Amino acid sequence: MFLFRLSRAVRRKLRTMFKIVSNPIDPAAWQQTLTNVEAGACVTFAGWVRQHNQGLVVLSLEYEAYAVLAVAEGKKILAEAYERFAVVGIAAVHRTGHLQLGELAVWVGVTANHRDAAFGASRYVIDEMKARLPIWKKEYYTGGATAWINCATRGEHGGLGALPSS
Amino acid sequence: MLSVSVYYFAILREQRGLGQETLSTTAMTPAALYEELRLLHGFTLPGERVRAAINDTFVLSTTSLREGDRIVFIPPVAGG
Repeated sequence: MFLFRLSRAVRRKLRTMFKIVSNPIDPAAWQQTLTNVEAGACVTFAGWVRQHNQGLVVLSLEYEAYAVLAVAEGKKILAEAYERFAVVGIAAVHRTGHLQLGELAVWVGVTANHRDAAFGASRYVIDEMKARLPIWKKEYYTGGATAWINCATRGEHGGLGALPSS
Repeated sequence: MLSVSVYYFAILREQRGLGQETLSTTAMTPAALYEELRLLHGFTLPGERVRAAINDTFVLSTTSLREGDRIVFIPPVAGG
């Protein structure tokens, strides 16, 4: 028999999971990975493909990721959330490829002893994912038009003239 | 002249017509290389809105390029 205490860093690693996937996301399976009797709260967020954006009718969406950097940045975001909030576990996943209306594009789950930390951390994780992950979204509209969202229109992304945020 | 690999994503990939190329350049920094490629291929994104990564790490626009670097120009992200 052996007993030992895991360091905080190792426990954090065991309780955070971040992935970029090209297959459909199964939210029940992801939530299952967070099961823990220490946690009294589980907050999940699901981002779905919606039918409209800025007045245009959207038929489908395509997500493209720079996967290596997206995974590294995603793990960094989860580690930050783990430091900022009293959470038990965090899992997050982003889908890539061509998605149809109603499909799940992104999922975040956070467990904590109490709900405040779970709500706060889930909000932090999804907000940072959207702002920082190198993932791009192309919308397909009725009539065959397409557009890369933010690429050409919006974005507070630091450019080549700016300092990187990480 | 340096020989480097350049990777393109999203709008840059479409405007370039390919996802990756190896090229020789006299540019010394990511910013200078992007400007060179923007003029050559007619990229619509100005350099101020593009970030760079070298060998899978975000870098400053003024970082020195080295022989064999893998450079990724990162357009503004989807945001939501």
